[in-house]
Amino acid sequence: MTDLTKYTLDEALGGMNKGDFTSVELTQAHISACESATELNAFVTTSFEQALEAAKNSDLRRAKGEIGIIEGAPLGVKDLFCTDGVKTTAGSNILDQFEPTYESAVTANMNAQGMVMLGKLNLDEFAMGSSNETSAYGPVINPWRKEENLVPGGSSGGSAAAVAADLCLGATATDTGGSIRQPASFTGTVGIKPTYGRCSRWGTVAFASSLDQAGPIAKTVKDAAILLQSMAGYDEKDSTSLNVPVPDWKASCGKSIKGQKIGIPKEYMIDGMPDDIKKLWDNGIEWLKDSGAEIVPISLPHTKYALPAYYVVAPAEASSNLARYDGMRYGLRTNGSDLNDTYARTRTMGFGDEVKRRIMIGTYVLSAGYYDAYYLRAQKVRARIVEDFENAWYKCDTILTPTAPSAPFALGRKVVDPVEMYLNDIFTVTTNLAGLPGISIPAGLNADGLPLGLQIIGKALDEDTVFATASALESAADFNSKPAKWWIK
Amino acid sequence: MSNQKNVVNVEDVKKIARLSRLHVEDTELQSLADDLSGILGWIEQLNEVDVDKVKPMTSAVAMKSPMRKDIVSDGGKRDQILKNAPKEDDGFFVVPRSVE
Amino acid sequence: MFTAERVADEKDWIKGETGDWEVIIGLEVHAQVSSNSKLFSGSSTKYGAEPNSQVSLVDAGMPGMLPVVNEYCIEQAIKTGLGLNAKINLYSRFDRKNYFYVDLPQGYQISQFEHPIVGEGNIEVLPIDSDGNTMDLVTVGIERLHLEQDAGKSVHDLSPDETYVDLNRCGVALMEIVSKPDMRSPEEASAYVDKLRGIVRALGTCDGDMEKGNLRADVNVSVRKPGGELGTRCEIKNVNSMRFIRQAINYEARRHIEIIEAGGSIDQETRLFDSIKGETRTMRSKEDAHDYRYFPDPDLLPLNIEQSYVDDLKAKLPELPDAIKNRFMSDYNLSEYDARILTADKIKSDFYELVANGRDAKIAANWTMGDLFGALNKSGLELNETPVSAKMLGELIDRISDNTISGKIAKSVFERMFNGEGNADEIIEAQGLKQVTDVGAITAIVDEVIANNNEQAQKAVENPKLLGFFVGQVMKASQGKANPQVVNQLLREKLGL
Ligand SMILES: [Mg+2]
Ligand SMILES: [Zn+2]
Repeated sequence: MTDLTKYTLDEALGGMNKGDFTSVELTQAHISACESATELNAFVTTSFEQALEAAKNSDLRRAKGEIGIIEGAPLGVKDLFCTDGVKTTAGSNILDQFEPTYESAVTANMNAQGMVMLGKLNLDEFAMGSSNETSAYGPVINPWRKEENLVPGGSSGGSAAAVAADLCLGATATDTGGSIRQPASFTGTVGIKPTYGRCSRWGTVAFASSLDQAGPIAKTVKDAAILLQSMAGYDEKDSTSLNVPVPDWKASCGKSIKGQKIGIPKEYMIDGMPDDIKKLWDNGIEWLKDSGAEIVPISLPHTKYALPAYYVVAPAEASSNLARYDGMRYGLRTNGSDLNDTYARTRTMGFGDEVKRRIMIGTYVLSAGYYDAYYLRAQKVRARIVEDFENAWYKCDTILTPTAPSAPFALGRKVVDPVEMYLNDIFTVTTNLAGLPGISIPAGLNADGLPLGLQIIGKALDEDTVFATASALESAADFNSKPAKWWIK
Repeated sequence: MSNQKNVVNVEDVKKIARLSRLHVEDTELQSLADDLSGILGWIEQLNEVDVDKVKPMTSAVAMKSPMRKDIVSDGGKRDQILKNAPKEDDGFFVVPRSVE
Repeated sequence: MFTAERVADEKDWIKGETGDWEVIIGLEVHAQVSSNSKLFSGSSTKYGAEPNSQVSLVDAGMPGMLPVVNEYCIEQAIKTGLGLNAKINLYSRFDRKNYFYVDLPQGYQISQFEHPIVGEGNIEVLPIDSDGNTMDLVTVGIERLHLEQDAGKSVHDLSPDETYVDLNRCGVALMEIVSKPDMRSPEEASAYVDKLRGIVRALGTCDGDMEKGNLRADVNVSVRKPGGELGTRCEIKNVNSMRFIRQAINYEARRHIEIIEAGGSIDQETRLFDSIKGETRTMRSKEDAHDYRYFPDPDLLPLNIEQSYVDDLKAKLPELPDAIKNRFMSDYNLSEYDARILTADKIKSDFYELVANGRDAKIAANWTMGDLFGALNKSGLELNETPVSAKMLGELIDRISDNTISGKIAKSVFERMFNGEGNADEIIEAQGLKQVTDVGAITAIVDEVIANNNEQAQKAVENPKLLGFFVGQVMKASQGKANPQVVNQLLREKLGL
């Protein structure tokens, strides 16, 4: 029998439709793949028994003709989405034993569409990181390797690694500053952060409320479209959820982009950008031209300030969002001499260094005397970044940029300097600040044979055009490299 | 970054650690102050941006606030609420004494 | 429009060793919105439920939970703002107030800091002194009204070294109504709270129940030399009765004066009122200076209210105490004093209107305020607990005007009604109090009285004042039941007056 883990999600759904294999068989194959890939450390928690049970039920539903859009597909869920009865840690020691009694809106939507959940995927603690090294459950290893172990990017490193290693047909992820797209770029997978408000944030552990947005990591653009369709939708429990219909994004994949205008922002050509990334970007421009699109130079003048603005807004919101982890009602409690000492011990033991650092930055920028200089100013800069994009849309329909300023790097290499680590998100963070959709597509390998991604940014709620453009880019790039499965001994 | 003047000093670190309910060892105070100064110093480039007459962005979506009807539709799930509690008794959360 | 210039009436000055002082008072009143569900979640607000039985995942601050605003609470805040003659802010916003406490599951309170839903307004307050006399009308400025979440409840007596936390109250909607420091005496402060309570009750936006903590006041107190420089203020938290408000202010003002006169200075701090000792004391000093790090709650969107919506609410507003008072003065010809007492709250004004309906308004007012309120006061009852209903009181007045009983007998009937012996007719019947109007029966008594006082009767023609003496004797002989008009007429005839 062929290896069922080789299929894309779309192919696997087709195979089950044709009766070539069942969800139970497909799930079993992926469970085996997961079991042989523990070295990657992609999962925090596996739920194989529940998965097989879910697969059985899916097969029964299929027999009755009840077929959801991801019916019977074995998928992974980033361990930031609360799952009813399955431990949810957010990659943090402070939630080590936390077992939600509720299901996040995103995973509930996916369950209703037939998801088979294999388990909870590793991530940077509270999604704060760009290398998956801040997880309390250890770093995730990138399936792509060059002599030494590489990071898979972050924070959705477990999701990206699991999809790249064929451990699941796709995975949920979240993106606050680039946490879907940068790991997708690092692992040769596709990742889309939709328009802010497309996916409900209800039941997903919050990092920075005004920036957080869920999306999928997938093997192909079409798979990403299918997954996003299963995740998105209006939710009255989230005040920032957009009350708009979910289009058939799968149908957008493969649509012609003839006559479409693609903007190339000059400010994304940063100093010290590696040559192979410059070359990749040029290739992307040529491929889109060949697909009939028109290339237009644009300017996004405040790009440079996006990252520092982000590092005010995100920590500020996080410092407040993470105040609830105080050891009183759930999660870790470390008893101290009195109440305040218990708070401090609990949070000091429970949080890792990067989380503590960001809580302190956030506390600082909101504190008396600094609010105007940091937080208020950052929100004003954010308004200017939004303005930049609004001006750009007079000239173009989508924007093409590299996804990340580098290829995957070695484990432990960047942990020393926080700012250097933050620069990973330099191309992705602007869309979070502006609430726009952005997708990363694997577009080539660097000189070391490591994957590199290109990003398409679209107008708010115009995922249609984003998918069409990404799909054209995907066909032209014809990226079909896979990492060698070195972890299978 | 090391030659940057320190934006954050040890006293600031103590204060924000206290506000954040985090414990910082005395030996870590200086290096944390340096770390935070590095980050905040880098953030200070925001001062280059002309933000005169710019309204701060306060919400990520431009729409009317949705509202709920005043209907009792939740509650009555004490077991769920208390399920993950480090300590509970008789339907209450039990926590360290909050008054002397 | 802080009226710092206003100096307290001399009689409100407090004598110190170094001379006179005046007290400056501002209040922050927390009024619970009378909603079924909480401000940001669908759990019930009912009072007195089992611990943690009215808690949603949102109220408990579980990971990933999000607030959605209750539209009814927004409406009640606007209505209250209109009732306070205040500016309604079409743009308002919810901010997070960050601090750690065991009764605050999210680690922040959702409140309105920079952009409250209601801005400046004012209300007129008529204080009463301890003898029940009205003082001068005072205008108290309203600084703002904002919406915020209530916190949970901590119980300290179930374990010696632990605190038990019940989150039922957590997330209940509160209107925080902040006054300007416009009050100058404990009486003004309690009259202000009384007036606020009357307004929110009339509007139906808060039940005003202070015993349940549904209306409670933080009292800001400072002292100064009359008309002098403002002093440092202290905030006394959660005072929950009118009497305690007066006590707390008196105590706190004295405390300030004593400290200052002894050469000390006042620390700006938050204090608690101990209602048993009648004292204020400092709250355990928090180790940090407060730094609440307010910022706009990114889980919520700003409120953008249409002016037409506000206009609509305004048009549908029920009649407020001040309007009812003016109507009582013009329609019922009541004095300002009577009208104010009778319109202090909705229950009172409704009661009075039932009694006055179709009757002499002045007599109805006298019976309601004098006899009934007096009796209630003596027995420590509220009007909604009265044993004499408006209908019963009205019927009693009817028996006076139809001459069934005299006004004097009516007093004793009222007393029996108040003691639960039945309605007026039942008591009059049972006690045989019905007025005697039968001329024959009264003539017999008159004749007997004249016979017994023959000497006086002879002098009556020269000294008509003696008529009063004879009326008294006849009434006494009839045990008060003889119709006074008939008695008068017969005596005049028989005495030749
Ligand atoms: Mg207050
Ligand atoms: Zn308050």
